[in-house]
Amino acid sequence: MGRLKLFIPLGIFLILAVFFWRGLSIDPTSLPSALIDKPVPAFKLSTLKDEQHLVDQEEFKGKVSLVNVWATWCVTCRYEHPFLIKLKDKGVPIYGINYKDDVAQARDWLQEYHDPYVLSVVDSDGRLGLDLGVYGAPETYVVDTKGVIRYKHVGAVDEMLWEKKLKPLMASLRRD
Amino acid sequence: MVPELGHFALILALFLSISMAVLPLIGTYTGNTLWMASSRSLATGYFVFIAIAFGCLAYAFQHDDFSVRYVVSNSNTLLPAIYKFTAVWGGHEGSILLWVLILSAWTLAVSVFSRRLPLDMLARVLSVLGMVATGFLLFMLMTSNPFDRILPRSPQQGSDLNPLLQDPGMIIHPPVLYMGYVGFAVAFAFAIAALLSGRLDSAWARWSRPWTNVAWAFLSLGLALGSWWAYYELGWGGWWFWDPVENAAFMPWLVGTALIHSLAVTEKRGVFKSWTILLAIFAFSLSLLGTFLVRSGVITSVHAFANDPERGIFILLFLLVVIGGSLLLYALRVPAIKNVVAFSWFSRETLLLGNNILLMLVTATVLLGTLYPLIADALEWGKISVGPPYFNFFFAPLMGVLCLLLGVGIVSNWKRTRFEVLRQWLQVPLLISVAAGLVFPAIYGDKYSVAAAVSVFVGVWIVAATVNDIRRRLRNASEIGAGLKRLGPSYYGMVSAHIGVAFSLLGVCLNTIYSDQRDLRIEEGKQITAGGYSYQLVGVERVRGPNYMADEGTVLVTRGGRDVASLKPQKRHYMSGGNIMTEAAIDAGFIRDIYVALGESLGGRSWAVRVHFKPFVRWIWLGALLMGFGAMLAVIDKRYRVKVKASAQEAGSPVPEAGVSINKPGMELKENA
Repeated sequence: MGRLKLFIPLGIFLILAVFFWRGLSIDPTSLPSALIDKPVPAFKLSTLKDEQHLVDQEEFKGKVSLVNVWATWCVTCRYEHPFLIKLKDKGVPIYGINYKDDVAQARDWLQEYHDPYVLSVVDSDGRLGLDLGVYGAPETYVVDTKGVIRYKHVGAVDEMLWEKKLKPLMASLRRD
Repeated sequence: MVPELGHFALILALFLSISMAVLPLIGTYTGNTLWMASSRSLATGYFVFIAIAFGCLAYAFQHDDFSVRYVVSNSNTLLPAIYKFTAVWGGHEGSILLWVLILSAWTLAVSVFSRRLPLDMLARVLSVLGMVATGFLLFMLMTSNPFDRILPRSPQQGSDLNPLLQDPGMIIHPPVLYMGYVGFAVAFAFAIAALLSGRLDSAWARWSRPWTNVAWAFLSLGLALGSWWAYYELGWGGWWFWDPVENAAFMPWLVGTALIHSLAVTEKRGVFKSWTILLAIFAFSLSLLGTFLVRSGVITSVHAFANDPERGIFILLFLLVVIGGSLLLYALRVPAIKNVVAFSWFSRETLLLGNNILLMLVTATVLLGTLYPLIADALEWGKISVGPPYFNFFFAPLMGVLCLLLGVGIVSNWKRTRFEVLRQWLQVPLLISVAAGLVFPAIYGDKYSVAAAVSVFVGVWIVAATVNDIRRRLRNASEIGAGLKRLGPSYYGMVSAHIGVAFSLLGVCLNTIYSDQRDLRIEEGKQITAGGYSYQLVGVERVRGPNYMADEGTVLVTRGGRDVASLKPQKRHYMSGGNIMTEAAIDAGFIRDIYVALGESLGGRSWAVRVHFKPFVRWIWLGALLMGFGAMLAVIDKRYRVKVKASAQEAGSPVPEAGVSINKPGMELKENA
């Protein structure tokens, strides 16, 4: 019996290993399938630049765009920000969803680090985020010309993701 | 050519590490002295070839060899030479190479400094280190070769090192952190060697103590450097984010802290033996786990370089072999014997056990918080992220209790402690710390803060109890000077580390409670007063750096008409990719930092300026320095060296309980007299 007790650490580790295995096999950056190929959920929210200016899901139609969920409290957003600026300079339309954030701080942030977004939707209470199934910032969606979500990525957008996934996907969506 | 040379050196190093893992171990079973002794030269060869590979990569960076994929993604012709060097570990492949380089340096150090170790023990230790090295080299060669080429059409220009990493703090942070991370591999190797040999005496604890101390010291410094870097470079004045990667480095530190204390008990009293072995395995496992979490894409974070599932699978298999294998070995080999030396329920042993339990609880909560999103995801409870509130909720009270126990622990005796002794020596520190705690918030800050009172109480308690313990140990000394000398470096190392804990604790708590951050709009030439300080924006100029242009503001800080500092915060535009970085300017002080970051031009001559008032923030890192210094000091203890010599001779003859037999009434007297 005393001997069996010594196997407890091994048992705990093996259980953890199973979770790691699952963590690897379920792509942590993929969208819960429910929202892929569904239109962006309906919303009516103001933009960061102008509180009077209300936008809704129609905004995304007519072009292939990236929708980026960001916040000033999110360290990784700070990390991916320079790359979003690069994408903007390449002419990629990026829409921001400022998620559960302080509006004044968010404005400061965009001023300080430059604004890669066509516009940023203010989602202070996280309602739109909830509908989108956001579970943390940053997240980035590819939305097609009809305003339908085609891809979701969790975590920072970087060169590798852009070259391997986003760029080809956006090009093919534009052709359709 | 040079990159191929590096690649070839890596492959040779792999073969050497495989030989180092296999030959000496076979030698220990067959009794072949030659094979056992081969471990030393193999360790040297393995180090040399890794160093050559590292040199080749550094060469490729210095010479802008853009045919190497890794150089392309992490460098640029405009990059200053020093950053071309640090860019070697700026990405995934290179940091693994640095990991392996440091592992090889530790391995070499073990083979050089362990001349007194019995040959079979050394052979086993180096063999275990060789196994670890083999795993990492296979990982590097199979999934993340830093020498991969882009040929025939290689780019003319690289895409630059991430500007966040172009900073002096980044030059030393990763190597120092890795020294700590990898150093636990040595403690681990000693533990596994002890399990393999079945000689679980206190001798192995004595051998691995200095190594563990050094590793822990480096890890403390590495964590402090990382937090300091985040503080001044990320531009918003935070110094800890409970980011998964920070946690990954913090957990080995917590377990390492427990390990240092339990090694002390094992060495001096011969108890907690199997527990100490388990801690050594845990400390290294958590280092490996950190590597896994960062690099597999299982959890996303700022530090996550490249998320690649293929690498993840490799590391997971490696973890299964190393951690699973060692825990299995532990379960099979640890003798289920009762401890020989008994101790009463209230003694230094029990208090150190309390220390261990608390530290393991903290580690478990941090581990759970870090892995919870993963577990929730796998069980389909939805995707969840765990934030600082969770960590602080558990961390603060557990650490508080630990610090209170610390004061009791240092004045208590081995085996049995009488309450009268405690009362006699803790009454004064208790009074002092309660008084300090009550008074401090009344004179500092505008509002009376209960949290500050509690923090100051705990911090002062540690210092007062430590100082009083020095008095206690001197009470029988005829002369103070001679008495102080007799206490020895390892005692002073403990004092330094414990006072470091107090400093870090006070720094963290008071900074959290009293920090002040404001966003100001200042016109050039005008002055604005905030929080007792006046800030005058003298002007903003355009300046040019080696690979960036910057707006540089000059902010004159005054208080009550007296000049405090002239600060020059910058806003840099890096030429390579239009990256923008805020370089905050900091007026550092012992009691407070003033931290100014330049924002955007607000039109006309107005600028947005962010001002932080950061009280006691330096204490956090000062504390870590003291802890690291203390751990190093303990290693150079002469008395300790002599003991190592004596024990090594003793352990040369295979007496199973060699360590316990020197379990020493003499020691007892020295400690408690």
